[in-house]
Amino acid sequence: MSKNLNTNKTCVIIGASHAGVNLAFYLRNEGWEGKIILIDSDPTLPYHRPPLSKAYLTSNDSIEKNLLKSAENYKVENIDLQLNVRVLSIDRAKQSITLNNGSTQNYDKLVLATGARPIIPPIQGIKNANNLFTLRTAKDVNNIRTAFNTSKTKRVVIIGGGYIGLETAASLKKLGGQVVVLEREDRILKRVTAPEMSTFFMELHNKNNVSILTNKNVVSIEPNAQSNTIVCADGSKFDADIIIVGVGIHVNLELALEAGLSIENGIKVNYTTQTSDENIYAIGDCTFHYNPHYKRNIRLESVQNALDQAKIAATCISGKEAVYNSIPWFWSDQYNVKLQMVGLSTGYNQVLTRTETGAENKLSFWYFKDDELLAVDAVNNAKAYVYGTKFIKSGEKIDKNKLVDSSVIFKPVNLLA
Amino acid sequence: MAKITFVTSNNESITVEGQSGSVMELAKQNNIKGIDGDCGGVCSCATCHVFVAPEHIEKTGRASEIEEDMLELDDNANEYSRLCCQLDISDSLDGVILQVAK
Repeated sequence: MSKNLNTNKTCVIIGASHAGVNLAFYLRNEGWEGKIILIDSDPTLPYHRPPLSKAYLTSNDSIEKNLLKSAENYKVENIDLQLNVRVLSIDRAKQSITLNNGSTQNYDKLVLATGARPIIPPIQGIKNANNLFTLRTAKDVNNIRTAFNTSKTKRVVIIGGGYIGLETAASLKKLGGQVVVLEREDRILKRVTAPEMSTFFMELHNKNNVSILTNKNVVSIEPNAQSNTIVCADGSKFDADIIIVGVGIHVNLELALEAGLSIENGIKVNYTTQTSDENIYAIGDCTFHYNPHYKRNIRLESVQNALDQAKIAATCISGKEAVYNSIPWFWSDQYNVKLQMVGLSTGYNQVLTRTETGAENKLSFWYFKDDELLAVDAVNNAKAYVYGTKFIKSGEKIDKNKLVDSSVIFKPVNLLA
Repeated sequence: MAKITFVTSNNESITVEGQSGSVMELAKQNNIKGIDGDCGGVCSCATCHVFVAPEHIEKTGRASEIEEDMLELDDNANEYSRLCCQLDISDSLDGVILQVAK
């Protein structure tokens, strides 16, 4: 057997969240024997992000309960995890990076798993607001928990009716807050779902006494002694002890940009997650990549994409072949409703709703472009999620009349055209 | 407290001890190959699939409805399949043997 060729090589990974951390461990599984250096500016041992707006926010747990890997795991796999360190620049010619602690580090392979950061919208007065938070890191949530627990009146205004905003609304309601969500568009979740889904979630929140208001464009925030007054373009005003901003993200692509890598709505990568530099790969939220199933370039903010791209990168960096070919999937938990989504609905021209009998709030939304199933949003209905996954992968044609007929027993074989 | 044995796809047998939390979390802490737990334990990804040794199925109980539904993603799932993020560690699991799905 030939000697492993990568023993003396160094793989440096910038960004230690879902993509970067899992890549480090997948590399070991793939037989990478060289150095693995994993760098992040966050001082906390890497953790699961999805629970931050849900179980972590509503609990008193320490972040240790939500770690991606234990400290011991990194030692066992000989992964050099460097936290609280920021990468300042990449020198592609020298194959080295400069860190904010003054040192430089050479690499044979470099992976950018730099993720994204919340957008702070240019609202007048936002910089001086009291208790205003975004929600992306454990520290953000710790700060929200502290502010919430010390607030007497617990009036929360959430700016942005996307998944982060809605999950946070449900969580803070559960903790006893008075919660208002202000959405700029004419419906919540407009960027990602059909009007039917927006209506369902709007009603769900209203039933739980969370007030969701649409067409509310926040134009200024006026800080008072301890709270704030939020002013919308239509003149309406809202008092808030705590403000959460969830209006989307900026990709962290400055390092890639300054290094001269190809950028296009994210760091451009090919089907092996390689950037325009053959020694530099990029994975996770920061990438603009080709999806073979949907035949177009996309950027995805999801755990699924982070992990799948990490697997591809690990295989390719270890000298083997792999090609990214995933159907995206997502999930969200709000109140007692479990939402599971598969596929990408962009480009749909028909949405069909299937409601199961005998169970409350058990339904699914099926997105079609003509006869092609593009995506499924399943509410409290794992079966619909699973069947949707199978149908999207197989491309089998569905009988739409049977699909929407709740008297047809819900089984793949019964739904085929 | 419970001693739990994982048998991985290359037939490696690893016995570990857990106090609390889910079996998936225990597997992750001990870096058991084949248990990914991608969704963090909310029964959304089916990447923590194990086969309970048939003689131990009384200790774990059978899969719940949502687990059964999610397990349909894996063609190899059977009546002894569980998603181990849904298995809470307790004394009653002591001695259980779990084969990790491929």
